[in-house]
Amino acid sequence: MLEIREISKTFNAGTVNEKKALDHLSLRLEEGDFVTVIGGNGAGKSTMLNAVAGVWTVDEGSIFIDSVDVTKLAEYRRAKYLGRVFQDPMTGTAASMQIEENLALASRRGAMRTLKRGISRKEREIYRKKLQILDLGLEDRLTTKVGLLSGGQRQALTLLMATLKKPKLLLLDEHTAALDPKTAAKVLDATDRIVSQDRLTTLMITHNMKDAIVHGNRLVMMYEGHIIYDVSGEEKKRLQVSDLLHKFEEVSGGTFANDRMILN
Amino acid sequence: MNLQISSLFNALPGACAQGLIWGIMAIGVYITYKILDLADLTVDGTMCTGGAVCVVMLMSGHSIWFSMFCAFLAGMLAGLATGLLHTAMGIPAILAGILTQLSLYSVNLRILGGKANQAVSQDKYGLLVSLRWIRDVPFYRNTIFVVAVAVLLLVGLLYWFFGTELGCSIRATGSNANMSRAQGINTDFTKILGLMLSNGIVALASAFLSQYSGFVDINMGRGAIVVGLAAVIIGEVVFGRIHGNFAFRLLSVALGAIIYYIVMQTVMWLGLLGTNDNKLLSAIIVAVFLAIPYLREKYRGRAGKKGGVRHA
Repeated sequence: MLEIREISKTFNAGTVNEKKALDHLSLRLEEGDFVTVIGGNGAGKSTMLNAVAGVWTVDEGSIFIDSVDVTKLAEYRRAKYLGRVFQDPMTGTAASMQIEENLALASRRGAMRTLKRGISRKEREIYRKKLQILDLGLEDRLTTKVGLLSGGQRQALTLLMATLKKPKLLLLDEHTAALDPKTAAKVLDATDRIVSQDRLTTLMITHNMKDAIVHGNRLVMMYEGHIIYDVSGEEKKRLQVSDLLHKFEEVSGGTFANDRMILN
Repeated sequence: MNLQISSLFNALPGACAQGLIWGIMAIGVYITYKILDLADLTVDGTMCTGGAVCVVMLMSGHSIWFSMFCAFLAGMLAGLATGLLHTAMGIPAILAGILTQLSLYSVNLRILGGKANQAVSQDKYGLLVSLRWIRDVPFYRNTIFVVAVAVLLLVGLLYWFFGTELGCSIRATGSNANMSRAQGINTDFTKILGLMLSNGIVALASAFLSQYSGFVDINMGRGAIVVGLAAVIIGEVVFGRIHGNFAFRLLSVALGAIIYYIVMQTVMWLGLLGTNDNKLLSAIIVAVFLAIPYLREKYRGRAGKKGGVRHA
């Protein structure tokens, strides 16, 4: 479903701030895979997701989604294959627009935007039902401006928007990191439900190792711009947080303990 | 000082008519400044281009409707130029607008055949509006009525357009460009489209203004952005607390322009400033209305901290 072949990306090349964010990274996801991604700060987790999403083009290597070469495709053109939820709740929604308008924008992802009504009555009913599943009381607030919602509500809405039109690949970039633990659990729960219901191929970054172990069928660990550990199936189910810490110390020489991941 | 209230009242219908014409212009500014969240300075040039195209077309024998349609198209071209400078060439929007505005000065002179101004006779060319048709004409020929109808038509059209899929994608771009791209919106295209629509509307206002005053002048657009912003901001400060839909917001912009002209007219009537000072006056009015929301917030914050009386 997704194939990343040997991609590299260097930011601020040729300056003192030069940073090699991705270093010949390769990763292959089969249809229906739910892969969690962990790694320390600056390991290149978000950079990998942004490369797949096409926020900028990679320096070398290529990316295929469902066998289509998207390496050179503009971000807005790739959007038809992708559902995305970001770390910052402000990023995924248009604050000055209504809940239903945001959903209507998302349901037209990848389609031509014409002079037809931006939102139809029939759609409204569908949105109301979908919002009910989130269980946040948003179904009665269809015309509320999204800017008035809490961070958790906005993330849940973004999640719904990302999956409203079934994506080939769902990209979740630490989408619960900015939420309080209770809301984070609720959003993660909704994520699990939606992903398993629609059998979505998913790539989820998290800084919470327990979440990384509990969710998904496969786990990868990144370090210095590439993948250093890849585990799936029964082996993943038996995984403990201590195993991950040990694994990380093995490759990095023990800096992991200072990282925020251990706090969780 | 000899203040005659009747002379102020006599000037008010004219202020209304001019305010309404600038209201059309301000609706154009609203599209870039408020919806797209871009400060577009192209309009200082477009505010002359529209009139120039309209007058020249009229004088070469075209109908008023076709002339105004061409003025609209000319404005859209100017918006396209700014849009391409901004999106395809990566120039910051404010600078792209300044570049187009500057080049439009030469373009406008060329349109006017090298002359700095050009008169157009009300009687010869079947104009839609004129400062001579404010009173003593049947109501349907009255300039205030004609421009008011134009404003209502424009507001209706824009209300429809910004409710369509395409219009929604322009609003989304202004609200959150990152999210828009993630939802498959080509934000370069929507920005260009918004700039074109905005400048087309400004050029239409320019075509009205040149008919109203009976001539087009190479400098008639100078400082137009300030008047446009003034109308947008006055509309927001005065009517912002009334809960209304998008059409109401657009109408409040047009009303803001009328208020602006009445304030201008009143200050002129007081005789403290001469006509030469009117640019200074415009800037002061805009500065005052820009400051009101900020100062109101600041004052309320203080009152809250002290535990004093809260002002609603």
